[in-house]
Amino acid sequence: MISIQNVNKWYGDFQVLTDCSTEVKKGEVVVVCGPSGSGKSTLIKCVNALEPFQKGDIVVDGTSIADKNTNLPKLRSRVGMVFQHFELFPHLSITENLTIAQIKVLGRSKAEATEKGLALLERVGLKEHAHKHPGQLSGGQQQRVAIARALAMDPVVMLFDEPTSALDPEMVNEVLDVMVQLANEGMTMMCVTHEMGFARKVADRVIFMDAGRIVEDCPKEEFFGDINARSERAQQFLNKILQH
Amino acid sequence: MDFSAIVPALPGLWNGMLMTLQLMVLGVLGGVVLGTLLAMARLSHNRLLANAAATYVNYFRSIPLLLVITWFYFAVPFILRWITGEDTPVGAFTSCLVAFVMFEAAYFCEIVRAGIQAIPKGQMGAAQALGMSYGQTMRLIILPQAFRKMTPLLLQQSIILFQDTSLVYTVGLMDFLNAARSRGDILGQPHEFLIFAGLVYFTISFAASQLVKLLQKRLAV
Amino acid sequence: MNYNWDWGVFFKSTGIGSEIYLDWFVTGLGWTIAIALTGWLIALALGSLLGVMRTVPNRWISGIATCYVEVFRNVPLLVQLFLWYFLVPDLLPEPLEMWFKQDLSPATSAFISVVVCLGLFTAARVCEQVRTGIQALPKGQLAAGYALGFRLPQIYRDVLLPQAFRIIIPPLTSEFLNIFKNSSVASLIGLMELLAQTKQTAEFSANLFEAFTLATLIYFTLNMSLMLLMRLVEKKVAVPGLISVGGK
Repeated sequence: MISIQNVNKWYGDFQVLTDCSTEVKKGEVVVVCGPSGSGKSTLIKCVNALEPFQKGDIVVDGTSIADKNTNLPKLRSRVGMVFQHFELFPHLSITENLTIAQIKVLGRSKAEATEKGLALLERVGLKEHAHKHPGQLSGGQQQRVAIARALAMDPVVMLFDEPTSALDPEMVNEVLDVMVQLANEGMTMMCVTHEMGFARKVADRVIFMDAGRIVEDCPKEEFFGDINARSERAQQFLNKILQH
Repeated sequence: MDFSAIVPALPGLWNGMLMTLQLMVLGVLGGVVLGTLLAMARLSHNRLLANAAATYVNYFRSIPLLLVITWFYFAVPFILRWITGEDTPVGAFTSCLVAFVMFEAAYFCEIVRAGIQAIPKGQMGAAQALGMSYGQTMRLIILPQAFRKMTPLLLQQSIILFQDTSLVYTVGLMDFLNAARSRGDILGQPHEFLIFAGLVYFTISFAASQLVKLLQKRLAV
Repeated sequence: MNYNWDWGVFFKSTGIGSEIYLDWFVTGLGWTIAIALTGWLIALALGSLLGVMRTVPNRWISGIATCYVEVFRNVPLLVQLFLWYFLVPDLLPEPLEMWFKQDLSPATSAFISVVVCLGLFTAARVCEQVRTGIQALPKGQLAAGYALGFRLPQIYRDVLLPQAFRIIIPPLTSEFLNIFKNSSVASLIGLMELLAQTKQTAEFSANLFEAFTLATLIYFTLNMSLMLLMRLVEKKVAVPGLISVGGK
């Protein structure tokens, strides 16, 4: 579904990604973790071309991103993304947030889009908030709306960029529950997150990044199995995370 | 001082005020449209476009409005002739309006640019992640939010333009100030009419700016 | 309507004495600078005073300054100029009025009017900047001043204003540039500053595009040089370790 091939990216002279390669198969859930500044958010943003990269290629569902002729908006409309800071559109109501891209990008009718949006809103448990504006919801609620907004586009794959790290601790679980449910339904997912509990529960594979490189890329059982078999950086990272 | 002569002159002054308001409203509309396009050009990744827009803005912001009005009054008939190939009569009103639109666009551009830049970067990313094109992102997501934040500044700039329309005096347009001045001269009471004009300008500008302040407070909540 | 381009027009004789058109521009620029600088002195002095008045803890004093600002900001500059030039001299006591109208040359009386007008007009804007600058300072500064035994005027002079002025150099710069641009209204009461000379050149020589192009270039250059100058000033007075608050 996603094939990342030797991706390199520089900000000026500074190399943020070095020779990153990995695969995400259909139906697979891959968790990407690593210390801050390791390039994991940058990598996931390369997958839907929100961040350009200079070398290598990423192929999403048969479409090459490095190819100059690729229609990026069209590709992005099939890749769902959930952001750290939700990024709901504050000037639009919840319903409008859920429908605007369906109508303007996919060309669905307003009735069809609304029906779809409200069904997804019900699924994330927020049906009664349809007429509110984003500013009137809690962080956890906003993030659930953001997930519904991405799902409304019928994506072939979902990208999560630290979806819970801007949330108050008591709201983390309501978002993770939605993500777990999604994973169990067979959605292809690539998640940048520090939530190792989530990784243990639903991930197929775990990728560990450090200093712009993919240091570890192995099945969940292996990653969490024998901590002493991990690279030194990964051990340090896991020790810090698992202390909590 | 005797202000009684003003009452019979009111219809004529009202006509002047209509021209003032016309100049302001059309100037603001045209200026905001052109200014928004300039702002998007200034923020575009196309270096050439961004530099051209920046030059335009810096240029118009460094010369006096009165100079632009005077110049366009002389030049617009020539330019139109070069474009259309025949003598096209344009009134002072049109040349002044062109001057206001082009001049104010430079100022509106900076307001709009600041407004766009104040929108968190993630909004752009989120809209693009949903598959929106650049045009859709701007039109549906960024500009509606930016304009909401900019409204007080845009209105303040409009009040400044309301006052600046009085500079059309230089090309003899019968706006409110000129209507008052010419009537005062004819009736031999220039002082009374001038004071009256000042009071009217003050009342309108002051009331409008108080309203803008109220709006600003409401938007801040 | 045929147009004869001639960029050499500036070196041609005006037909008046031995002057060439370029001389007119030089004279005009001289007037523009004289008006702007004199007006700026008034604006800076009065504006600072008003700005301080707006921040002092006394309703009457700050009220007077607020009224001043509202009046001078909400009446168009041109109306203010006409009031100063046509109305105010008539209100002067007889001997002063005669002196202004008869003893002074027309250029001098126009100069006085426009300088007073621009000075007072710009003072209202300077006042607002000074007030913003003072209010941007941490509240503790005033308290610290009192705690050291200063009295209020001393606190303003030695503690608040030196900091406030540094903060507001960028917005003050733009007011400083504005007064140069606004000085062009002097052309409407017959003072032969840069814009008036440009208009006259355009009418005499019929080379209006060249004349106005030169004028805009002069204004543009003037603007850029003043901006660079103010940047130097800002750097020169910057306090090490203090990030400029106004430099957004």
